[in-house]
Amino acid sequence: MPRSFPIIWIAAFLVVIGVELFIIDNLDPYVVAIIIYAGINIILASSLNLINGFAGQFSMGHAGFMAVGAYSGAVVTMAFRDNYPAIFNEPALQPFVFIAAIFAGGLCSAAAGVIVGLPTLRLRGDYLAVVTLGFGEIIRVILLNLESVGGARGLTNIPGITSFFWVYGFVLICLFVITRLVDSPLGRSFLSVREDEIAAEAVGVNTTRSKVTAFALGAFFAGMAGALFAHYLRVLSPAIFDIQKSFEIIIMVVLGGMGSISGSVVAAVFLTIIREALRPLQQITGTDYRMVIYSLVLIVLMLTRPRGLFGTKEITDYLPERWKARFGVRRVSPKES
Amino acid sequence: MVTAKKFLFALLAAFALTLSGCKKAPGGDQSADAPIRVGEVGSLTGLEATFGTSTHQGIELAVKKINAEGGINGRKVDLITLDNQGKADEAATATTRLVTQDGVVAILGEVASSRSLAMAPIAQSYKVPMISPSSTNPAVTQQGDHIFRVCFIDPFQGEVMAKFALNGLKIERVAIMTDVKNDYSIGLVEFFRKNFVEGGGKIVMEQSYSNGDTDFKAQLTSIASHNPEAIFVPGYYGDVALIARQAREVGIKAPLLGGDGWDSPKLLEIGGASLNGSYFSSHYSPQDTSPRIQGFIKEFKDAYGLVPDGLAATGHDAMLVLADAMKRAKSLTPSDIRDAIAATKDFPGVTGNITIDENRNARKPAVVLKIEDQKLVYETTINP
Repeated sequence: MPRSFPIIWIAAFLVVIGVELFIIDNLDPYVVAIIIYAGINIILASSLNLINGFAGQFSMGHAGFMAVGAYSGAVVTMAFRDNYPAIFNEPALQPFVFIAAIFAGGLCSAAAGVIVGLPTLRLRGDYLAVVTLGFGEIIRVILLNLESVGGARGLTNIPGITSFFWVYGFVLICLFVITRLVDSPLGRSFLSVREDEIAAEAVGVNTTRSKVTAFALGAFFAGMAGALFAHYLRVLSPAIFDIQKSFEIIIMVVLGGMGSISGSVVAAVFLTIIREALRPLQQITGTDYRMVIYSLVLIVLMLTRPRGLFGTKEITDYLPERWKARFGVRRVSPKES
Repeated sequence: MVTAKKFLFALLAAFALTLSGCKKAPGGDQSADAPIRVGEVGSLTGLEATFGTSTHQGIELAVKKINAEGGINGRKVDLITLDNQGKADEAATATTRLVTQDGVVAILGEVASSRSLAMAPIAQSYKVPMISPSSTNPAVTQQGDHIFRVCFIDPFQGEVMAKFALNGLKIERVAIMTDVKNDYSIGLVEFFRKNFVEGGGKIVMEQSYSNGDTDFKAQLTSIASHNPEAIFVPGYYGDVALIARQAREVGIKAPLLGGDGWDSPKLLEIGGASLNGSYFSSHYSPQDTSPRIQGFIKEFKDAYGLVPDGLAATGHDAMLVLADAMKRAKSLTPSDIRDAIAATKDFPGVTGNITIDENRNARKPAVVLKIEDQKLVYETTINP
């Protein structure tokens, strides 16, 4: 079946533009903040899913990649603001500076991904998890000691450029790239590495290259998410990117289903909203029971759906057959083994 | 797939509920007898939960007192407290929520400078005044003209301990141990070093550690070989207590000096006798006999059953300064309250007379406490 360019991506992009132009200003800024964090978490979760879910390499250092992207992106925009104010303050040019900053964040992070990935991806399972955990900590400690980006005091006065449009524009790019990638020969090689590395190697898949590519791509998008985050919060401190942050992202991936992009999206949105939605509970009871409920929800969900909400399926797999073509669905859904 | 479908519906419903929170103007209900809403953001859970809890108790006590005395021009104060789990991004979201959902006229928070820095741009953009009870990083109040603090800043604490070492203890050779993970510790060290060296002292050795380390023997052995007369360790209480114990084990007899990060009952619990003879600067001393302080301690003990620490005192003061400003303000709009806070002069707070200077920082005295027989003893007060 020839693959028609899925119209849904263009439609989604138009919706993002429409929301930015007509709806977002009428919403409460608090709601907008939640929506924006949800978007950033979607990028983080789906990019980690590429590494953990599709390539099957258990990485626990995603907050580290996010930190690299956040700091490098912020440094780029701040350098432009301070050295070329004429360019930075020109409304027509500022978006390009911002895009450059986000890509700089993504590329620095991808470079870090390759540097970490090349030697460590020869490790497997638990060993890799420990190494990536260590990497995340190394990044944080380096940032703590880098006086040029504020050290432990943090980097302040980052221009607040990130808006709904930017976040969801990049969410779409990220999801588009990952969904298309997964069905490409390269993506198939990721899956083969996950399913059986020895068999994959035997049929000619360059497993190291596949793993490093997955790692670098995941890191790239995490870096972008970091840059978006930096320009939204407007202040960075190394403490934000601790192990807990990595775990938050892992939870999103596991909850959504390792190997399901729709799962990552739904879980990221759900977990971002539930924390804020439970706030009234704190105000009523006077004690913060949010984390208790949050953890309970996770336990219940994992007990009832141990492979995550979606397993390895996508949301499009649930569509009626005749719709699938229209949404550009093509892949044979892998059996939930 | 019924479960998945049900779940998606539930998700949509939750999302719709969140969205339905309607838009409110900052300032909230301005009718004559409606309660005045004041927001607080604190780390009530997470790694620094004791800081957030102490501060919250201090603020809560002040609110009770204000309301018992008839409120502000006849209107009660309604305190809305949100937890941030010790995370900067949550602190920012909570601030947005307080302003846009709850319509608060002023915000109190945070203890940690990194979280105050995340909150400040938001409070500033909505032009809602924010008072940090105890963030000592100078950058916090530089975020805008609506951001205040009621504590002294790192330069002053570093200066106080340098002055005290030179003039009070009359010592010249000091070693420094910095917590490099902690902006607070780095700030104090910077200004201690500057003032101490300018005053004729000598830093004989500088070592560093990271918050959460448990073995400090290597650094301490190296310090011991330089034989300092005191060691400046402006870290948080948990690390300091361990450092003190291990310093005695490697044979260092010199006293330790520190800042208000030491100020916790846990310090003496963990450190025990090894801390005897050490000094630190803080916001207030429970032993000060002035009726103002003794009154506060009694009220606090009655309410929570323990002696308030410095963070409770600064939290209390933040609320009192805000209440005083609201009484003086022309109206209870955020901008008038801001002007009134900025005009605060010699306000008699628990931690001393507070004057807000042109940089929106508090000018007020610091006390130096000595640890004797595992008890805190008031040593001296050092004025700005």
